[in-house]
Amino acid sequence: MSEAPLKPSPVRARMGVAAPSGPRGPRLARHALAQLTVVRFLEFVREPEALFWVFVFPLLLAAGLGLAFRNRPPEVLKIAAVTPHLVASLKQEQLLDVQRLSVSAAERALREGKVALVVMPDPRIHIAHGYDMSKDMLGVVYEYDDTNPEGRTARMLADRAIQRAAGRLDVVQSNDRMLREPGSRYIDFLIPGLLGMNLMGSAIWGMGFTIVDARRKKLMKRLVATPMPRHHYLLSFALSRLLLLVAEVGVLTGFGALVFHVPLRGSLVDLGVLCVLGSMSFGAIGLLIASRVQTIEAASGIMNVVMMPMWIVSGVFFSAQRFPDMLQPVIKILPLTAIIDALRANMLQGAGCVQLWPQLAILSAWMVVCFTLALRIFRWR
Amino acid sequence: MPAGAAHAALHIRGLRKTYEDVVAVDGLDLDVPAGECFGLLGPNGAGKTTTIEICEGLTEADSGTVELLGLRWDTDADELRQRLGIQLQETQLSEKLTVHETLRLFRSFYRQGPDPSEVIALVQLEEKRDARVGGLSGGQKQRLALACALVGEPEFLFLDEPTTGLDPQARRQLWELIEQFKLAGRTILLTTHYMDEAERLCERVGIMDHGKVIALGTPRELVASLGAEHVVEFSAGEAAALDLVALARLEGVRGVSPENGNVLLRVGELHQAVPALLDELSRQGVALTELRTHSATLEDVFVGLTGRHLRDE
Repeated sequence: MSEAPLKPSPVRARMGVAAPSGPRGPRLARHALAQLTVVRFLEFVREPEALFWVFVFPLLLAAGLGLAFRNRPPEVLKIAAVTPHLVASLKQEQLLDVQRLSVSAAERALREGKVALVVMPDPRIHIAHGYDMSKDMLGVVYEYDDTNPEGRTARMLADRAIQRAAGRLDVVQSNDRMLREPGSRYIDFLIPGLLGMNLMGSAIWGMGFTIVDARRKKLMKRLVATPMPRHHYLLSFALSRLLLLVAEVGVLTGFGALVFHVPLRGSLVDLGVLCVLGSMSFGAIGLLIASRVQTIEAASGIMNVVMMPMWIVSGVFFSAQRFPDMLQPVIKILPLTAIIDALRANMLQGAGCVQLWPQLAILSAWMVVCFTLALRIFRWR
Repeated sequence: MPAGAAHAALHIRGLRKTYEDVVAVDGLDLDVPAGECFGLLGPNGAGKTTTIEICEGLTEADSGTVELLGLRWDTDADELRQRLGIQLQETQLSEKLTVHETLRLFRSFYRQGPDPSEVIALVQLEEKRDARVGGLSGGQKQRLALACALVGEPEFLFLDEPTTGLDPQARRQLWELIEQFKLAGRTILLTTHYMDEAERLCERVGIMDHGKVIALGTPRELVASLGAEHVVEFSAGEAAALDLVALARLEGVRGVSPENGNVLLRVGELHQAVPALLDELSRQGVALTELRTHSATLEDVFVGLTGRHLRDE
């Protein structure tokens, strides 16, 4: 009964097709696992929202934060002076932007924060000595808010300019050497963090939503009623994840490297291993979350509870070291901390997989434990 | 039925299934010979879906045996899944995929079967071949679901409420497809709560209520078992004042049942029963406000057996 390729097919008979339709396309393409993987992939790329969150959003975040926290050229401070003579002297200082205002206008500008400092001749000294306040400079008064760092800096710069204009000579010759090297800027810290966050988000959302949605729509029950090998269903998630991973990692690291010159000091093979292992660990967590849940609402609630703390403590946007020492052991064993630490060490310091074994071990442990547990309690309907 | 259990495509004995405190299937026996289209008819909650899902291997029975094509779920699950075609109630196929992609996926699960394009042609979805499932109408989705059931070239087809929620035209279209599949000599088990669907498609019908088959036979046999060819339904001004016992004694009347202010009479011959009814009503001094007659259907069989309608609840 089982081998019946020559048995007349009712479908074909009705269609007037005499010969059994021959296999079309390569055998691999007709394989259930290949079909399931293709379907997973198509479902993802046909979801514009998912594409936005996985590909566009991290780039926007990186670009936005990269711009906000870029290393700016030394800032030019705005100040006001009340006499032309003072203005001329202060103009000698490159880091000051001087404007001439009347006394009352200058003081208003200071109160409103439009200038950091007001420079005016000291009337008491000028009156006492009978000099013309508009021409000579015997004494000056600096008005500023001493709790404002800009005010203090402006005062130092202005005083130096006035003293030099009046003829003071520096006793010690000094020179500056500027260090602004890639690898120690905020954007360098940020890109591996965003990469880790993206690996977690896309694996957990991708796995969790698709499975819960298939269960809710009874699509999973329908698939289970076919001869589809069940492990193929789960395996197709891993395979489609790997396909998308290449694009995800490529887009974000490529963007970092091209736009912000974020370094990739470690080997790309090691980086690939880290990303695959990280993605599989988060995939296992997603599978565990989705293993029994019946509704999208419940699933997204659990996913948020799982991911939100890690977004905060695992060092995506700022160093995890800022949390109290007491919490450090807990933070260290979180999967997102492990992957971000490893990615930073690889990209910024060139660390290889051998040096990163503690992080690899943490990720593997999460993967094995969650996957085993998920298979135990998984509900196919 | 002369076909013995040995030749039955489906052979069920003593099937029981309980959910918490609800008995869904209560000691069901059923034989469906190969090549028959058998209908399980009953109201919602009668146990039809539970029965069909046990047959499909999706639900485990508490006790009893199910033999399908001579095979059993506990020993031959993989083989059975290859040879069954299944349409579930309310499956939503992935909306992002096209019709062809969906069928290509389902085809990949089976070791044999027609090309997806052939099945698309069979269910008349050629124009929608590359359309997304999300954009199909209810009837088109149902036909796609049927195509998914046919793509493995099944020997046994399970259809759980195949036309529920469809408009009359879409229902007729689906019936034609199922009839074509019947012509190919395959066995079908379908559940429905539409009596006209069962009468049109099924050679035999089992009427289910409270987890049991309460009547079994061809639609004609079941209607004949009422002993009445026709049903007369009328409403009278003061129904409370009506003497029902007197009505039951009228010539040709086989049964009387009051229902939401109306009265149903199952009668053999209309030309005897209707004049007798009119005479009796005028004798009782009751004014007739409405009078309808129709040929007896499976619905009337169900009402006669249980006193309830199929689509109550």
